[in-house]
Amino acid sequence: MAGNKRPPALFRNLNAKIAAMPMIATVLVVFIGCTVWTVVYSFTSSRSLPMLNFVGFDQYTRLFNASRWNVSVKNIAIYGCLSLVFSIVVGFILAVLMDQKIRFENTFRTIFLYPFALSFIVTGLVWQWILNPLGIEKVVRDMGFESFNMSLLTDRSLVIYAIVIAGLWQGTGLVMALMLAGLRNIDEEIWKAARVDGIPTWKTYVFVIIPMMRPVFVTTLVLIATGIVKLYDLVVAMTNGGPGISSDVPAKYVYDFMFAWANLGQGLAASTVMLTTVLIILIPWAMFEFGGRKAK
Amino acid sequence: MAEATAIQDRSLTHAEPWGAKPKRMFAPATVMVYSILIVAALYYLLPLYVMVMTSLKGMPEIRLGNIFAPPVEVTFEPWVKAWSQACTGLYCEGIRTGFWNSVKITIPSVIASIIIASVNGYALSNWRFRGSEVFFMILLFGAFIPYQVMLYPLVIITRELGIFGTLTGIVVIHTIFGMPILTLLFRNYFASLPPELFKAARVDGAGFWRIFLQIMLPMSLPIFVVAVILQVTGIWNDFLFGVIFAGTPNFPMTVQLNNVVNSVQGVKEYNVNMAATILTGAVPLLIYFFSGRYFVRGIAAGAVKG
Amino acid sequence: MKTNTHGGTSVSIKDLSLSFGTVNVLRKLDLDISDGEFLVLLGPSGCGKSTLLNCIAGLLDVSEGQIIIKGKNVTWEEPKDRGIGMVFQSYALYPQMTVEKNLSFGLRVAGLPKAEIAKRIARAAEILQIEPLLQRKPSALSGGQRQRVAIGRALVRDVDVFLFDEPLSNLDAKLRSELRVEIKRLHHKLGNTMIYVTHDQIEALTLADRIAVMKGGVVQQLDDPLTIYNKPRNRFVAGFIGSPSMNFISGQLAEKAGKQVFRTGDLDISLEGYEAEEALASGREVVLGVRPEHIRIDSDQHVAHDAIVDLDEPMGADSLVWLKVAGNPLSVRVESGKRYRPGERVKVSFNAAMASLFDAKTEERV
Repeated sequence: MAGNKRPPALFRNLNAKIAAMPMIATVLVVFIGCTVWTVVYSFTSSRSLPMLNFVGFDQYTRLFNASRWNVSVKNIAIYGCLSLVFSIVVGFILAVLMDQKIRFENTFRTIFLYPFALSFIVTGLVWQWILNPLGIEKVVRDMGFESFNMSLLTDRSLVIYAIVIAGLWQGTGLVMALMLAGLRNIDEEIWKAARVDGIPTWKTYVFVIIPMMRPVFVTTLVLIATGIVKLYDLVVAMTNGGPGISSDVPAKYVYDFMFAWANLGQGLAASTVMLTTVLIILIPWAMFEFGGRKAK
Repeated sequence: MAEATAIQDRSLTHAEPWGAKPKRMFAPATVMVYSILIVAALYYLLPLYVMVMTSLKGMPEIRLGNIFAPPVEVTFEPWVKAWSQACTGLYCEGIRTGFWNSVKITIPSVIASIIIASVNGYALSNWRFRGSEVFFMILLFGAFIPYQVMLYPLVIITRELGIFGTLTGIVVIHTIFGMPILTLLFRNYFASLPPELFKAARVDGAGFWRIFLQIMLPMSLPIFVVAVILQVTGIWNDFLFGVIFAGTPNFPMTVQLNNVVNSVQGVKEYNVNMAATILTGAVPLLIYFFSGRYFVRGIAAGAVKG
Repeated sequence: MKTNTHGGTSVSIKDLSLSFGTVNVLRKLDLDISDGEFLVLLGPSGCGKSTLLNCIAGLLDVSEGQIIIKGKNVTWEEPKDRGIGMVFQSYALYPQMTVEKNLSFGLRVAGLPKAEIAKRIARAAEILQIEPLLQRKPSALSGGQRQRVAIGRALVRDVDVFLFDEPLSNLDAKLRSELRVEIKRLHHKLGNTMIYVTHDQIEALTLADRIAVMKGGVVQQLDDPLTIYNKPRNRFVAGFIGSPSMNFISGQLAEKAGKQVFRTGDLDISLEGYEAEEALASGREVVLGVRPEHIRIDSDQHVAHDAIVDLDEPMGADSLVWLKVAGNPLSVRVESGKRYRPGERVKVSFNAAMASLFDAKTEERV
């Protein structure tokens, strides 16, 4: 009887294993292999070609002493904090307003979300034009305020805020959509109970709904945070890191050292620092998300 | 009797609550909700408006006028110029090359990534094997690794394979990086289908591929639509992979657009730039406007827990 | 009762275990099902009854043990090669195929000739009276019709063993009882072996030749319905079967005037007529189980005990009266004509021959 011989473990469910080959290869070669490669070579003095001449933490010392890197880190910190706070606050408020059984909900949603369909390149170029001296600044000056000055893009200390404005315009709609989905997932009966108990709407939001939406907030936070670390296209399109290096960000630092200036070791060290940052965000979240699930 | 007259008396002075509660059309709270929403909507619409208006003006009008003002004289010349004459460095062929490059990159990438991810998601939800969940967890984790960490080794790998700087190369890269989110999307969808259907098909003697093709696929049209939308917009909007892996002759539209607008040579033609920008954003925007519901589902899929 | 004309063994399960990680879902299970038998697997959710059925179907790989169907060891066989047909709770009809295509899918997969497929579908459709539905899609069918098609899908496979996984649970009460009768009729007509999983004891009692009551991955009792009902093997089976459920009173065995009695507090209940399975030693801690219909109110027998009415629940055909007897809550089934007021004093008597005694520790029948 053919069926009486149990096939060897490797060949059982063979088709599923074949179907999963691309995933297995991607995981092993790209996500694990490439990451390990980068970390290893970040300890070498590789210039234009990767070479295994280890120099310990030299690249990292140089990195943390480079003023350009420090500007990048400061910029990403400003961009990160502001866009986290504003996109979550604004996104949540918009979602709450949208949840008030309003008319034209679909129209509003379409309007708030369309920038998310656009690329960072398009976003950056539009805002570059609006914040250009011929843009808003000129409009206000033409209205009679001759001394009005809004040179966000040319002011070294303000340029990062211009990028924040553009980034928020592109991404807040997504937060709104996620929050709205979260609000809609909340049981109608919670609202009925609160109404019967005579709790004011705003109090219900603050003390009941927001705590209930904790998973949504956490997930949104992680999504935004990992997006922030990747910030690159928007800067390239809007300012290309300028004026000077004043709007540089880590991802651009990495790219330039790897591909433009042939200083591979430095670029790899910078990217390893980026990876570490992401892990610091991600690991507590993963433990919260998956560790907590097992405890239940 | 006395009671009855009392009620009547009261109803003369102020009406007893009876029947439908009167609605206040302009309650302060409602007015506030709508005003905030409208102001926010204007802020979101403004850049689109400015883009369109600028692209329809001539350069003299732009220098003199106000960016919010509608064009005095509507001209479509900037659009023509953006499409077929705008310069990137030495070449002045417009961004149509970029458009066709993006089409050539997007179509095979979308097809390849969806085929691989759908079969993979199906295997992960219905045919789990030892270790499949571990690989899947790492795959999801990988979606959060900054691309910069994997870029250089991937350059080496693609170069060794002889596909660096080619269409094949960029298609492979998009397929790899689309895999986590698409696999999650398909795995969750297939897991949400009734498992008894799968069992019934197995009792009927159907195997891995037959169940996928004849039972699962016909039920999965919506999720394929979501996946196509997600991938078309994602790949069309990509810049980083395109600039590194596609090679100069295959630069996608985003890269070419950036080169046109941010090129240092020549006089800045803002109207042409804006026309080119709209053209680049047009594909994902049209998809978004025609498929709003699916689009929202696609982006929300990234947020739902695995 | 139906006379058993069963020949040999149809399905035989030997030493079957299944564990997911550290959780043992099935433990060392043995079960022999005769040819043409209707066996019901009954138990609360999570008892392993559906898991067992899925193992028999080959949809789950077992950890240990053997499954033999019609003398062939199928432990490692694919579901399609086991000679089984299966009917699911959610019907599991392929939504994009017509009824006819649903029925023929398995046959087409097996590569049967067209004429043979048509013949089998015609026969199944006739038996189940679904001929007018053949060209419809499942979405255009009612719940009862869908379940008929699902049964048809098992029927066309021309198999020896039918597996039913809670097939009626998704239907409303009226349809459920109609289809129940139909399944029974089908069984009489086809004479196949049927294994039927349910948590509904009415279905189990009405359909089964034998019932296997399961809990914690172990068969607690395997017997014909009447034995299960009247002589439950242990306290779990006694409490699970019967609605309204059995009364349990804790106490001990004693002797009074040379006769065996059950004593709780100052209440002595005569055990005259009880068929004990072992010697009943006085002083042993036991639990007395009596079904509500085996207690009578207002009996003029001299053995009657005092009771106080707590609550009266009319249920249509009869009523359930809740009493307190020597501090123990007790439910009694009475004819619906008479109403009782809370606080009313009544007399009750027990039918010891129909009662059950369980050891207080092992909870096994004594």
